[in-house]
Amino acid sequence: MAPYAGIVTRNLVRRYDDRAVLDGVDLEIAAGEFVALLGRSGSGKSTLLRALAGLDPEVDGSGELVVPENVSVVFQDSRLLPWATVLDNVVLGLRGAEEKGRQSLAEVGLAGREKAWPNELSGGEQQRVALARSLVREPELLLADEPFGALDALTRLKMHALLRTLCEVHRPAVLLVTHDVDEAVALADRILVLEDGRLIAEEVVDEPAAVRARLLDALGVSV
Amino acid sequence: MTVTTLPGLRPVTRTAPVVRRRRLGPGRPIKFGAAIGPVVLLAVWSIGSATGWIDPRVLSAPWTVVTTAGELISDGRLQSNLWTSSQRALVGLGLGIVLGVVLALISGLSRLGEAILDGPIQIKRAIPSLALLPLLILWLGIGESMKVVTILLGVFVPIYIHTHNGLRTIDSRYVELAQTVGLSQREFIRRVVLPGALPGFLLGLRFAVTGAWLSLVVVEQINATSGIGYMMELARTYGQTDIIIVGLVLYGILGLLSDGVVRLIQRRALTWRRTLAS
Repeated sequence: MAPYAGIVTRNLVRRYDDRAVLDGVDLEIAAGEFVALLGRSGSGKSTLLRALAGLDPEVDGSGELVVPENVSVVFQDSRLLPWATVLDNVVLGLRGAEEKGRQSLAEVGLAGREKAWPNELSGGEQQRVALARSLVREPELLLADEPFGALDALTRLKMHALLRTLCEVHRPAVLLVTHDVDEAVALADRILVLEDGRLIAEEVVDEPAAVRARLLDALGVSV
Repeated sequence: MTVTTLPGLRPVTRTAPVVRRRRLGPGRPIKFGAAIGPVVLLAVWSIGSATGWIDPRVLSAPWTVVTTAGELISDGRLQSNLWTSSQRALVGLGLGIVLGVVLALISGLSRLGEAILDGPIQIKRAIPSLALLPLLILWLGIGESMKVVTILLGVFVPIYIHTHNGLRTIDSRYVELAQTVGLSQREFIRRVVLPGALPGFLLGLRFAVTGAWLSLVVVEQINATSGIGYMMELARTYGQTDIIIVGLVLYGILGLLSDGVVRLIQRRALTWRRTLAS
């Protein structure tokens, strides 16, 4: 297939011990589109994300999978190397990217903290460094696995605004895995619901309140 | 607090006197507390020697030790013996560190290396290196090489154990990160594996330094013709307790100094950790 700046999966299956954790997922994300993936624990969200990130070479599975070449991942934990400075973490594995790294840090509001150790930063700041590390690579696809799950509510709101702004500037395709319906509605253009390894619902976010109610319904939460 | 109610009046609150609780902890720290024990010991030693209660053949007086040290320094014996001892310890330590690190890297970075090396080294660990002395003397004689090899054998094991452990316990999440940012094998080792194993290596280094001095003390008392241990052995045959004490103090100073140096290296190399501790 020709290179494509978004994602296409056809009948994607991933099995652990003969149990199909992903059971035929058909997914398309256009370039620059922000998609949120909702699902309860154990629904297969993280498995799908790991498959897209290419982090599951040893897992049994089948199906077609097209992802762009340049993929960045933001994990739930910031996953910064504690022995590398903030700037070194941002440009990890890149050559001669110091200047871009600085700009990237400035974009997430951490200019001047280049020389700090990750342990000196707050949880929210660490996650912003992780965002900078992802964006400095100018990804065509940004995969985020509950990136704000470990943050307090206020920091989380600030991070939502930051992520929105950054995505509008850089326009990567985004797949945000979350279990927070409000987060999905606040951030995404389109929301998918995964259950038992299948996509069971799809919503385009036009009327947030109605979408929210329908999503909660799809997730089996009655309000 | 007691509440007394009188007819027709609002309750009156009276505060009972505060009960002062007995403190259960050891109490406030004493100023210069760490110095008190050694000073008392020195005082008892001085008084004992001055009153003749301590026989100088058993233990020389502190001032005799000081003058003897002065004499040993002025005729150059102390310096030359100290130099020989330090050289042995440093050469053994240096070779042991190199051997320990190389083995740890081979066994930490490759499964085959681990399969071949780890078992024998664990067996070696169970045998105290000083127990190997008879064999080493048969193989290497009683010269310098036997001494250096004995020190080396005592040094490389802790270096290997802790470095290997450091390599093997690097968080798998960092491995995943390295994959997602597309690090090459070389970069992965340089950026993630080696710095991740550094705390383990430095811990091993502290044990190694202590081990090096221990081995040194033992090998210097076997047919040596120079070194602090030799100086002390010679003093034993003439019953010169003052020289023996000078040797002991020297060993003590060397041990303290080298531990201080390792801790300094640790602090410098692990600044990122200090931020956690402070």
